Amino acid sequence: MATIAQPQTIARPAVSKSPSGLWSWLTTVDHKRIGILYGVTAFFFLLVGGLEAMIMRVQLSHPANAAVGPNTYNQLFTMHGTTMIFLAIMPLSSAFFNYIVPLQIGARDVAFPRLNAFSYWTFLAGGLILNLSWLANAAPDQGWYGYAPLTSELYSPDRNVDFWTLGLQVLGVASMAASFNFLITIINMRAPGMTLFRMPIFCWGTLITSVLIVLAFPAITVALILLSMDRFAGTHFYFPYTLNDAGQLIVTGGDPLLWQHLFWIFGHPEVYILILPAFAIVSEIIPVFSRKPLFGYAVMAYAIAAIAFLGFGVWVHHMFTTGLGPTPDAVFSATTMLIAIPTGVKIFNWVGTMWGGQLQFTTPMLFAVGLVSQFTIGGISGVMHASPPVDTQHNDSYFVVAHFHYVLFGGSIFGLLAAIYYWFPKFTGKMMDEGLGKLHFWLTFAGFNIAFFPMHFLGLEGMPRRYYTYGAGSGWGFWNLIVSAGAFLLGASFLILMWNIAKSLQRGKPAGDNPWDGSTLEWSIPSPPPVYNFREIPVIRHRDPLWEEKYGHAQGETHEEETRLEVGVAGKRVGEAHVTDEDPVAEAAQRMAAGDHHDIHLPNPSFYPLVASIGLFLAAFGLIFSYPRVPVGTADLPLMSLAGVLVLMIGIFGWSLEPAS
Amino acid sequence: MATTAHDVEHAGGIGAGTAHGHAEHPPTSTGLDHRKLLMWAFLASDCMFFASLIATYVIYRNHSQQLGLGPFPNEVLDIPYTSISAAVLLFSSLTMVLALAAIQRNDVRGLRVWLGATSVLGIIFLGGQYFEFSEFYQVEGLSLRSNMFGASFFTLTGLHGTHVAIGVIWLLSLLFVSLRGGISQKDSLNVEIAGLYWHFVDIVWIVIFTLVYLIPYDEGEVTEGAEEAMVRLWQAVPFV
Repeated sequence: MATIAQPQTIARPAVSKSPSGLWSWLTTVDHKRIGILYGVTAFFFLLVGGLEAMIMRVQLSHPANAAVGPNTYNQLFTMHGTTMIFLAIMPLSSAFFNYIVPLQIGARDVAFPRLNAFSYWTFLAGGLILNLSWLANAAPDQGWYGYAPLTSELYSPDRNVDFWTLGLQVLGVASMAASFNFLITIINMRAPGMTLFRMPIFCWGTLITSVLIVLAFPAITVALILLSMDRFAGTHFYFPYTLNDAGQLIVTGGDPLLWQHLFWIFGHPEVYILILPAFAIVSEIIPVFSRKPLFGYAVMAYAIAAIAFLGFGVWVHHMFTTGLGPTPDAVFSATTMLIAIPTGVKIFNWVGTMWGGQLQFTTPMLFAVGLVSQFTIGGISGVMHASPPVDTQHNDSYFVVAHFHYVLFGGSIFGLLAAIYYWFPKFTGKMMDEGLGKLHFWLTFAGFNIAFFPMHFLGLEGMPRRYYTYGAGSGWGFWNLIVSAGAFLLGASFLILMWNIAKSLQRGKPAGDNPWDGSTLEWSIPSPPPVYNFREIPVIRHRDPLWEEKYGHAQGETHEEETRLEVGVAGKRVGEAHVTDEDPVAEAAQRMAAGDHHDIHLPNPSFYPLVASIGLFLAAFGLIFSYPRVPVGTADLPLMSLAGVLVLMIGIFGWSLEPAS
Repeated sequence: MATTAHDVEHAGGIGAGTAHGHAEHPPTSTGLDHRKLLMWAFLASDCMFFASLIATYVIYRNHSQQLGLGPFPNEVLDIPYTSISAAVLLFSSLTMVLALAAIQRNDVRGLRVWLGATSVLGIIFLGGQYFEFSEFYQVEGLSLRSNMFGASFFTLTGLHGTHVAIGVIWLLSLLFVSLRGGISQKDSLNVEIAGLYWHFVDIVWIVIFTLVYLIPYDEGEVTEGAEEAMVRLWQAVPFV
């Protein structure tokens, strides 16, 4: 019995025509197009963030350099961090969630196609608000963590902080909307027979990352609301004192530590939001290029969940130097060390997957193995920081900068670069150039280590973070010059990636459906996929459906194991509630009969998501450029914000009342 | 066993009211409608939102008394007055249930009556909050700026009020659509999802009402030397 529907054998449905032109992109609700929009925009912001980093490295390359002044430097490091986290890594992960997840679970789109479009346009709006600050010469300059009381009107009277607050608030809306969508898509739109434990591990990564975003972002939303109230409405949630009109000090009772708590309750899950997608990506790539199923699949899924769960209980390790006392320090030190266990499990399982495999060192595999090695270095320095005395020594030094660049660049970015090389053939139907790819990898690998490894030494020698310069007598000049050289090598490596992408789009070899002999569903359909993805919804009987079809059980899994995998927690079956797992083919037939699948049904394009996003942009932006104002009741409110709320309402009502499909 | 499409459609319908008449949507993995799952996920997220706000309130609930910065909660809060508006809001959960029960029986008139009643009760609650806020601001002199109690009280109850206001707009929109003949038995899920949101907002009010109004505050006794200690501490900061 065929496990996978064979799309080529069936007549082409009428809906295959793919519209083109600007309007079709503005109104698109196709998850593949939205994925491409996310990817291109995020890559642009990645270059912007990289440029900001290189300007900083010019400034720090020599002692007492004067390439940029202290104020510009503050804006550069704040925007570099904010851009890389919220505008580059998160949306680049989102690009792959969008494009790949529906293909991997055998769906025609996400659960809420218009909400998906809204997520993208709102992300773009947030990115614009943050970066328009450069034009106003008021880029955020208080650090990406925005510690109080530096963010108070007293110390930051200009609009810098407001660009940051409102930009992040809008980006939060975008991230939450996208995560709700992925969550429901994965829970509710899996192909017949695909139980949770038959999902590709990338879908597990997406599912758990979405849960993290949905539960962690409300904390920063509240933190930013309170900060906005402090700045716009005269409250003092984070500021313990203020000056009255006579210039006297007044005690208000606010507490700057409240900001740190709320921020890090969000902020620590956020680092897993950045790294788990990369983990999930390499968990897809390593088995394909080791020619073996993933070692310890179920444990890998549980490890992702364990990391996410523990991630909510460790935020105080960012606050060891605030003097919370020995008890909180000890507790949070212990929980932080616990996270090393599931993380270590993942690393050993990747090694276990490669062990005894027929390794093929293609470019995606190189980046994936690069992640395993480089992330481990960053992970180990992370365990060092779990100890409060060590953390106190390293706090605010370049050692910390080295640590989080090893996990975020050596982890997240390496994973995302691997994903670009791995799925580019699926997106475009063309192969990328392997020679240029390998050159790119080795330049990135060398540049990355030259740029970031010496930061460990600088940190241990006492060089502090966020200082715009240092004296010649400090002895830090040599390593700083090496670091700057490494940063430029890293920058150059991205030029090779862009050249490779441009060249491959023009003249890449045709990829075919499954160039890597992958095992997951996205490789069963043409490259690039047709607008409807699957001509017939596939039926899943195995975790690696394409390998099961092609190689039977020769890949090392027996029927007994397959049966055992259907048992989940505490003896209860995990997966579909309404059932017929015993015969997924019959189930598929029922679903098709019920859903009338013979006529492929795609959601209509809609411009209401774009309207709603524009409304949100105007509402937020109006609070920064707050004139002219109009009186409403006893208050007077910025005209642009009121107009924005009106546009937002039009978008939401138009959206609700138009037919979904 | 041969199962027909009809059976499949009903498999997820028990307690869910999902698949009825939505032939254009293929049955889902869980048998539940996407939109209903979305609302549950949103409510989980909203729990974290209110948890953060409530934690902030708890941290600051006795600060103003310790610093001797009035007005104090014991002088300002009117428990009998707010108890009545709390009762009104809780009662609206009953009318919401009746609205859903009506449309599930295909009683369109019942739906309109109970949706209208729920909206009116929500508006009464919001009106009560408006007069309460006005009283506190104009008579008692409590504002966002006056002290931490004012700031955290208005922020917490105000954001809850915003949730109620969004709920009222949603219910009135449903009523409007229903009056134009747009809601029948097969659309009962639209009412059910709005109901989930409405009940959640009510439940949150139970927590907020207990925490803000019912649990006693410290008396307005100044902790000796607290303000002087803070002034000394912050004067040590080089920037000031």
